[in-house]
Amino acid sequence: MKRVLCTFVLVLFATASAAQEKISIYHWFEYIPQELLDKFSEETGIEVVMDTYDSNETLLSTLKGGKLGSYDVAVPGDYMVKILISEGMLDEIMPGELANFGNIQPQWVDVDFDPGRKHSIPYQWGTTNFSVNRDAYTGDIRTTAILFDPPEVLRGKINVLDSRGELLALASLHLGIPQCTSDREQLQALDDLVQGAKQHWASFNSAGAKEVLVSGEAWVGMIWNGFAAKARAEGANIEYSYPREGMIAWMDNVVLLKDAPNRASGIKFLDFLLEPENSAAVTNYARYSSGIAGVEALLDEELLSQPEAVPPADAPSGTFVEVCDPEVDKVYDQIWTRLKQ
Amino acid sequence: MATEIGRDDGQAAGAFDPLKYWLILPAWLVIGFFLLAPICLVLVFSFLTKEFRGGVIWEFSLAAYDQFLFDRGLFGDEPPRIQWTYIEVFGRSIFQAGMATLLCLVIGFPTAFYIATRPRRVRAVWLFLVTVPYWVNLLIRTVSMKFLLRDSGPLNEFLLFVGVVDEPLGIVNTGLAVQLGLFYSYLPFMVLPIFATVERYDFALSEAAADLYADRWTVLRKILLPIVAPGIVAGSILVFVPSLGAFLAPDMLGGAKNFMIGSLIDEQFNGNAGNWPFGSAASMILLSLVLVALFFYARQTGRQGRA
Repeated sequence: MKRVLCTFVLVLFATASAAQEKISIYHWFEYIPQELLDKFSEETGIEVVMDTYDSNETLLSTLKGGKLGSYDVAVPGDYMVKILISEGMLDEIMPGELANFGNIQPQWVDVDFDPGRKHSIPYQWGTTNFSVNRDAYTGDIRTTAILFDPPEVLRGKINVLDSRGELLALASLHLGIPQCTSDREQLQALDDLVQGAKQHWASFNSAGAKEVLVSGEAWVGMIWNGFAAKARAEGANIEYSYPREGMIAWMDNVVLLKDAPNRASGIKFLDFLLEPENSAAVTNYARYSSGIAGVEALLDEELLSQPEAVPPADAPSGTFVEVCDPEVDKVYDQIWTRLKQ
Repeated sequence: MATEIGRDDGQAAGAFDPLKYWLILPAWLVIGFFLLAPICLVLVFSFLTKEFRGGVIWEFSLAAYDQFLFDRGLFGDEPPRIQWTYIEVFGRSIFQAGMATLLCLVIGFPTAFYIATRPRRVRAVWLFLVTVPYWVNLLIRTVSMKFLLRDSGPLNEFLLFVGVVDEPLGIVNTGLAVQLGLFYSYLPFMVLPIFATVERYDFALSEAAADLYADRWTVLRKILLPIVAPGIVAGSILVFVPSLGAFLAPDMLGGAKNFMIGSLIDEQFNGNAGNWPFGSAASMILLSLVLVALFFYARQTGRQGRA
């Protein structure tokens, strides 16, 4: 009996000491390979706990809902970094704190959502558009009308991302109006456009955006470029579109959250992701593009030529989602609420 | 007989009598802490001001209820009209939950009846089988349902193969898929209470009625149904109420575009909308509707009981 008790106490101690170094990550779904997390644990002895979300807005509302203080790092997109900074939800990275800071590609250091990279480091960047099933439709797909004024045969077979920022930005590009416009007629037109298009959309689904294309449930799917490449790799005969009206560009970033319970582990994790080898592992898995110098040689060969990453020469450059001021944001809120019910 | 008397005047627990307040205390603590306190919090939040991008400001406001009742246009400065959108959402939810309850009743009643009339041993096996699917998480079951129903799924492939239909039925992302999902989610809540009442039913009563020249239909209508009615009502409430607030099924099977109340509320807290007071107000309105319905039902049955 005594022996059993002793073992029990020992086990308790062992788990207690193992639990000392920990990191909790709040990350997008399907965006980091498990092997990489295992490698991080192996190298540092830090235990990794991860929860996932499926939109920037969900990240924000979860943090606002009282989860700030329980995660160490998160991976918001560009405009959400700006919002999180303005909400005071990010911790500052001190100069010199990251040993590998110099690995960031120069063009991604002074970004306008986080000048000088005081709160964030690049994770991956890419574009948001839509893919079309080429067995179902052979016509011209280089227009956002495929989503917003679809040809007869595609109606009712369209999935869009459940993401307010990206969907309304793409709709603005379709109309040729500026994002966050305060012009009433333009806002009304934006509302009319999405209200009219909704009847042709089968679903709002982000987490299943790849699956609906692979299964053939949807013939058109608004999707992120790397996710589209994965869908194609899984056997869907789909083509990623580069509409003449424009496309959404984005960059996801790893940030250190305010009141992080394990700040030191967070810093180690950021440094880990700044190593070319590890950033390349993410790119090879998620099929977007890395913002770290020195990854090129470590990438899978087909990534360099995949159509989802190489736009045609005449494709317009990408547009980043903008953060609207409160007045306009209220109207955007209205448009989104009316759209979703 | 002794237990009957004991039950009636509440003396069965004689030895524990001095303890009775202490025995009920844990239940009250749980109800108070996990039910009443959160509901009060929701009530308070529904009267607060929405903060820009989620969260609340601690200032009294009726904006949430105003948004529920009145439509002031896209820019919020038109004269108020009745807001039909949310009434539609509630109507749709009540319809979907009602259909799911009806489906559960149609399938659940014969099932429960069948199980209750088996020999005791076999009965246990059947009851066990009814609960087996519920060892799997609701989310997984809902996703699986979608995989079964979708155009390239087994159901449609079978129908196409047999030649019943020429093209896939297109069930996924419709109200029907949501009803099927709710029906499947909550079926045991219908089967088990009905089973419990049918099991206690004394079939000698049916025989007696038959001896008095009642045909089968009359026996069912005048003898069996009134006796098992409490089970049917309990089952219906247990299916209807959670269906009303469901958000997984409309989200996954309905394509997240035709809101039910549950998804409307979920969107206010987890999704893009970030309007906590409005989500709270919608919850309170839903809660009030259910409470009022249950209250009237309780009064009705109370009267019948006395009569």
